[in-house]
Amino acid sequence: MFSFCSAPDTLGTIGWFSCYLTTGVHFSFYISFFKVLLLLAITAPVALSFGFLGAMAARSHFAPLRWFGKTYIAIVRGIPDIAFFMFFVIALDQGFEWVRHKILCPDWDQPIRQGADFLVCTSAKLPLGSSPEWVHQGYGFFLAVITFSIVFGAFAANVLYGGMRAVPHPQLETAEAYGMSRRQTFWRVLVPQMWVYALPGLSNLWMVLIKATPLLFLLGVEDIVYWARELGGTKTSKFTAYPHGDWRMWYFLFLLVFYLGFTRISEIVLERLMVRLTRGQATTGGETQRKAGGAMS
Amino acid sequence: MSCLQTIQDYGLRAIGIGERLLPKENITLCEQFTLIGSGMIWNVYYGVIALATGFILATVLAVAKGSNRRVFRKPAEWFIFLFRGSPLFIQFFFAYFLFLSLKGTHPFFGPFTAAWLGALIVLFFNTAAYSGEIFHGALRSIPKGDVEAADAYGMSGWPRFRRIVWPTMLRLAWPAYTNEAIFLFHATTLVYFSSFPAWRQKGDSLYYASYFADKTFNPFIPYPILAFYFILLTLVIIGFFGLINKRLNRHLPAERQSKLRGFPNILR
Repeated sequence: MFSFCSAPDTLGTIGWFSCYLTTGVHFSFYISFFKVLLLLAITAPVALSFGFLGAMAARSHFAPLRWFGKTYIAIVRGIPDIAFFMFFVIALDQGFEWVRHKILCPDWDQPIRQGADFLVCTSAKLPLGSSPEWVHQGYGFFLAVITFSIVFGAFAANVLYGGMRAVPHPQLETAEAYGMSRRQTFWRVLVPQMWVYALPGLSNLWMVLIKATPLLFLLGVEDIVYWARELGGTKTSKFTAYPHGDWRMWYFLFLLVFYLGFTRISEIVLERLMVRLTRGQATTGGETQRKAGGAMS
Repeated sequence: MSCLQTIQDYGLRAIGIGERLLPKENITLCEQFTLIGSGMIWNVYYGVIALATGFILATVLAVAKGSNRRVFRKPAEWFIFLFRGSPLFIQFFFAYFLFLSLKGTHPFFGPFTAAWLGALIVLFFNTAAYSGEIFHGALRSIPKGDVEAADAYGMSGWPRFRRIVWPTMLRLAWPAYTNEAIFLFHATTLVYFSSFPAWRQKGDSLYYASYFADKTFNPFIPYPILAFYFILLTLVIIGFFGLINKRLNRHLPAERQSKLRGFPNILR
């Protein structure tokens, strides 16, 4: 990057590191941090809406929908999330290819599953063999986002379901007494009030989501873990101008510090949010705030 | 080959007893069930030992975090922050590479680079931090009356802690602690995907499940088998912790006893 970087082995420590840390591959490493942030930015709202739908389904009066909702919530509680991640990435990929195969190649007569192979026609492959590299990367990332959303949607459904049940029942009865329909009661009374009960659970979920992002590595995305392993490994002068020993420990120490900082900042922001949301609410938190405010003024 | 034969060959494969080579082609349902079940030995091993040892450290951490003395409080706070604030996956990676570089300077650290010890230590610290926080929360919500009553009986120091504070802390923390135990067992599946080598393909259940998914290219059989085992394990944990919960609550009138519900709500 810098002009003096042409002969790194002649540089002093500071110069050497300023060159080493600005090589092309290191920029790939830095960009992968944005991949983590992008994953969080997309997954959080999508998972929340999945969770909302799941919670609505679990409360439904239509039995099959209710069973679906409750199963969706219960199943991720009993099974390790990592198993879900590994399962969904293959299963979704095969599912998409299967659907495309059925649509694009209707006159294909061989079975798709042949022993240990999963064979679809060439035009149904995802991504297409002829696609550029970024499509492959993007597709992998897309699968990861859906997988994360399904798993965390179930956790969110659990939290929101609890939040909906925590809304005091007289509130709903009052709404009924005013002649509101079930739909109106749900949207106008239940939903606005449930957030304050769901927020502690959702904050917790956000922290869990942050701490689950390194699992992107297991889904085959070139994320921060991938690059930390790549860049930290022993490099000899044969292949690079910046030979070094096994530095993976330091790279992972850096990731550790990154995550500690990230969760700490989130914690502080969420605490402030909670203080704001409890203001004026008929909960113990709101009551404490009212008393404290009263004592001060 | 009959299924009984398969169980004999692969039932203890995860700890190195039985057939050396894993099945490569024409994989049967029985083989998948047996090997994934055999891998559960490791999940149970990591879970049980980390939980048992972590419990002791967690109690110490909780008391230290609630202490008035800075020398005790600060280290406990930092320990809990360090292990709760960062992903377990990264902790595994860091610990493995740390042990690897320590091994270079001193051969004593050799065994630490193996999963059975290295990963166990990470899990031990990790669960101690999470449970320490749970216990700390419980310590702060012990009814004032209980402690005052203990004082009135002339109890103080160790006897008061041992007979009044500690049992009440456990009782209050138990539902959350049950949840932590479930999540810890789930977390054990990460071990063999975080650089810790599965020596001679002695892996845990997820290791074998992903092995089968790779070989058969069909995720719809091995992962549901794994799910089946884990749901079974989760039910066993809930049953076992439910029994302890009952014992911790036995002095209370029936309506004040807190029951453990099927799948507790709190997340890790």
